[in-house]
Amino acid sequence: MRQYLIPGFAIVIFLVFWEALVWVNDWPNYKMASPSDLWPAFWRFKELFLSYGWDTLWRTVVGLLIAIVVGVFLGMIMGFSKIMREGLYPLLVGFNAIPKATVVPIVALMFVGQHDLNTVLIAFMISFFPIAVSVSIGLSTLEPEYRDILRSLGASKLTIFWKIALPKTLPEFFGALKVAVTLAFIGTNLMEIVSPHGRGLGALFDSGKTNSDYPLMFAVLIALAVLGIALYYVVVFLEKIFAGWAERSTD
Amino acid sequence: MSSSQENLIAIENVTHAYRKDGQALPVLENLTLGVPQHGFTAVVGPSGCGKSTLTRLIAGLMRPDEGTVWLHGEQVVSPRSTVGMAFQNPVLLEWRSILKNVLLPLEIVPTNLSKQGAEDRARHLLHLVGLSGFEDKRPSELSGGMRQRASLCRALIHNPDVLILDEPFGALDAFTREDLWLTMHKLRAEEPFTGVLITHDLRESIFLADEVVVLSDRPATVQHRVALTREGPPSLDQLYTNQSISILNELREQIRIARNGAEV
Repeated sequence: MRQYLIPGFAIVIFLVFWEALVWVNDWPNYKMASPSDLWPAFWRFKELFLSYGWDTLWRTVVGLLIAIVVGVFLGMIMGFSKIMREGLYPLLVGFNAIPKATVVPIVALMFVGQHDLNTVLIAFMISFFPIAVSVSIGLSTLEPEYRDILRSLGASKLTIFWKIALPKTLPEFFGALKVAVTLAFIGTNLMEIVSPHGRGLGALFDSGKTNSDYPLMFAVLIALAVLGIALYYVVVFLEKIFAGWAERSTD
Repeated sequence: MSSSQENLIAIENVTHAYRKDGQALPVLENLTLGVPQHGFTAVVGPSGCGKSTLTRLIAGLMRPDEGTVWLHGEQVVSPRSTVGMAFQNPVLLEWRSILKNVLLPLEIVPTNLSKQGAEDRARHLLHLVGLSGFEDKRPSELSGGMRQRASLCRALIHNPDVLILDEPFGALDAFTREDLWLTMHKLRAEEPFTGVLITHDLRESIFLADEVVVLSDRPATVQHRVALTREGPPSLDQLYTNQSISILNELREQIRIARNGAEV
């Protein structure tokens, strides 16, 4: 009960503070919308919020899934082979350092008109890096004794990976996934806003901007926050199931 | 090759070097060592003299540059399932219960035990080391000494002929260590194995082993051997008899000689 009450209470305080700030300063809507303006904006476009929210959600999730597959694959290659690690790491760091906002127009030009593909691609590109790094570090820092207890019994490399290396890397993997899920979400919205094509919450935000509908823009921000929180906690839930053993009880 | 027939573990004229950045660092030089069946040999020597290399050679995790390692009169060329190992770090798998950790080797090594039979054996071993009631706990819920006990059970679950212990009690406090020495005697009485113990603790070597081998500094070779006899049931009092103290002094003198060699 307490674990829901405290965050709920914090959100209420935040909303009251926001409303009061706008009210005390007597800010007009176009400067800063207040929480009481948001609900009408949201309600007016509720169908759009639902269908565009779904677009944003599935594009993010598909992008993230591809990032997991590619990231784990790269992480495994780099974790097991020192040569691959030395070769790939600078490339990955360089790729990760490029601000993805600059990649958006390039991708949009490369695959003109294929908006779903473009969006998923950006979500993937922005989010695979932490996964690859964490898996490679998890695998390469496996203490040799862990390998030796199975190797001394004649176990194959695959068995050692499956029984020890993989489960031992899961906490690092989920740590990275929590970062990656937020990044993928940012990637999706980046594409939807910078290269609008009429679908997704980013496009709704953009149309709010074009029509000077400021409460709508703020309502989109809130919807994005809610979706982001939901996605994050899905990952936390999965982590509890698959890597709950890594959590030390504090009592 | 007489020693390879008499002894279950026979190390003959082994020379080994580590290669790093194109340079060879000799660790073992012409080392010969035998352990008879059901014998228990402790290996002591200066830090970094190649004791751990020795365990990896016996386990078949590495092959020596020169010389031969024999188990049961067969040359060791690769890891074999008749070996059990325990290290200073108990390396238990945090995502498994203690029972499942102990059962791990049986998932690799072929066994004629049924699932229930294997579990019964694991529970029996855990009982022997005093871990009854902790079967379903996670390793993180156990103290360091208890984890090391569980790790000993895992090393023995598949009835290995050879038990290799690489400083298994090195990280424990003095009282826990003494408890575990007594546990080792109990395990030895119930589970017949041929043991090699690497240790830095001379009292531990005297209390547990049938023979203590002192290695010289790197590149290590056998510098000195002391055969030990034990009368009556094992008790910590035996460490304070005149005989034990004179052996302890003898070993300390040998370690001093080995370490002086290092400084020259």
